[in-house]
Amino acid sequence: MTPLARMEITPLGDSALIVRVGDSLEDLLATARRLEVAKIPGVIDIASAFASLGVFFDGLQDFETCAAQVRAALGRKRGARKVAPRPRSIEIPVCYDPEFGLDLDDVAQHCRLSPNDIVLRHATADYRVRCVGFTPGFSFLSGLPRELATPRRATPRTAVPAGSVAIGGAQTGVYPLRSPGGWNIIGCTPLRLFDVTREPAALLRVGDRVRFVAITREKFERWGK
Amino acid sequence: MGKITVLRAGPLTTVQDLGRTNQRAAGVAIGGALDLHAARVANLLVGNAETAALLEIGLGKMRICFDDERILAWCGSEFRLRIADAELPPGRAAFVHPGEELEIDPPQHGCRAWIALSGGIDLPLVLGSRATDLRAGFGGFEGRALRDGDELPLGIAPNPSTTSRVASWGAPAEWARTASRHPILRVVRGSEWPDFTVAAQSAFFQESFTVSTKTDRMGARLEGAELRRMKNVEMLSEAVAPGTIQVANDGQPIVLLGDCQTIGGYPKIAHVITVDLPVAVQLRPNDTVRFHEITLTQAHDLFIARENNLERFRLGLRLRAS
Repeated sequence: MTPLARMEITPLGDSALIVRVGDSLEDLLATARRLEVAKIPGVIDIASAFASLGVFFDGLQDFETCAAQVRAALGRKRGARKVAPRPRSIEIPVCYDPEFGLDLDDVAQHCRLSPNDIVLRHATADYRVRCVGFTPGFSFLSGLPRELATPRRATPRTAVPAGSVAIGGAQTGVYPLRSPGGWNIIGCTPLRLFDVTREPAALLRVGDRVRFVAITREKFERWGK
Repeated sequence: MGKITVLRAGPLTTVQDLGRTNQRAAGVAIGGALDLHAARVANLLVGNAETAALLEIGLGKMRICFDDERILAWCGSEFRLRIADAELPPGRAAFVHPGEELEIDPPQHGCRAWIALSGGIDLPLVLGSRATDLRAGFGGFEGRALRDGDELPLGIAPNPSTTSRVASWGAPAEWARTASRHPILRVVRGSEWPDFTVAAQSAFFQESFTVSTKTDRMGARLEGAELRRMKNVEMLSEAVAPGTIQVANDGQPIVLLGDCQTIGGYPKIAHVITVDLPVAVQLRPNDTVRFHEITLTQAHDLFIARENNLERFRLGLRLRAS
């Protein structure tokens, strides 16, 4: 875990703070876990970003008090072993048919690979969820093979279909809901990445291991039926 | 069980409450009433729990029909609310008879108000709240803004202790009327404040910014002096919150509001303090705003003072009711 001395704790307005951990995912997960386990009074929410955590408090205690408790929770020697649960492994079926992969040809052209190669490489890599945000359930995944990195589209789409699997720069991810978006769409999953009737509503959480599995159009249509 | 029928919905009327405070890990916005304090006060005035669902109204005319007797109270900007030609001032409880119609005219300035009804709007909890998440399309009434003809079920309300049209007492004026066309918003520094040029830092506090037309429940975009950083480095997205003032790549600030994303990748120059958010959420295009710096300690003291005042207000209401 990142030594406490190297972490930076900075206010986020008058009722939240940011703990900057550095960009190791394992450090981030361990830090988040420690803060959750500590159950600091007045803390109402904790959420990971890419290299930092947002810690939200109810405003009845001030920043200094909250920051001191965060430092104390992170400095504790005890319980360090228990902190990081094993990451879950989740497979996401994806249909890469051109009908769904609206930008597959553009990505292939940019990467100087065939569309088939793009699919093959995208569906064989191991990914980790680095951050959930942007829209409910939207997961930013690291682990995209370097040769597949493609800059975002110059003009974002006003409506990306729900379930679209896409590449944005060096990251990949899935649009859980129909929303505006600038990433390059290469396929679509029949899974619901965000569903308010589930608890938790988001399928993925930070730290999960993810693999994409190519499925046929028929399997996509039959999914969940 | 009573209900209200929305005869004329207006452009952006939604069901809200105090929002979703513990769903950020799933990327869900806090949402809820943009002015949480106004929602709490309006609910208290009608005898509801502060967490009860109520209406947030935007600009435009509205008409709502009641089918049973209710107490109503509202807070926000200078809307005109009338029932049977009686004016209902903000921050006062008012009695509504069965079959009566509430008529609402938009304000000269400010753009939002919160209307609480005794019993609250009785819709299912979604992820712990009845607030409408417009972007993700869930919560509230079918996950969307209200339309003409919608019928909203109301919860059971105790028999009102009075039948006078408008109560002779109410909430403090500064809680009931929150809008200002040229406000000075108090801010604390953001974590990227030191990255801005000296010129940008002084412009931020000395110049006024005009609210752009691109303003919604996610944020108020401002136009004014270009705020430049010394180095234009790309940032990793970090947590943001309502009140956070981000500076976009064009050097223009955005004040984030309740529906803002959970994370943002623009530099955070400052944050509007919690007790001034009710003013910030009333900004509408062409209003001008200035920023005034205070310390975190002062911001915290102001928040505690307001909470104490709200507690006294609660106590006063309880004494009147008993």
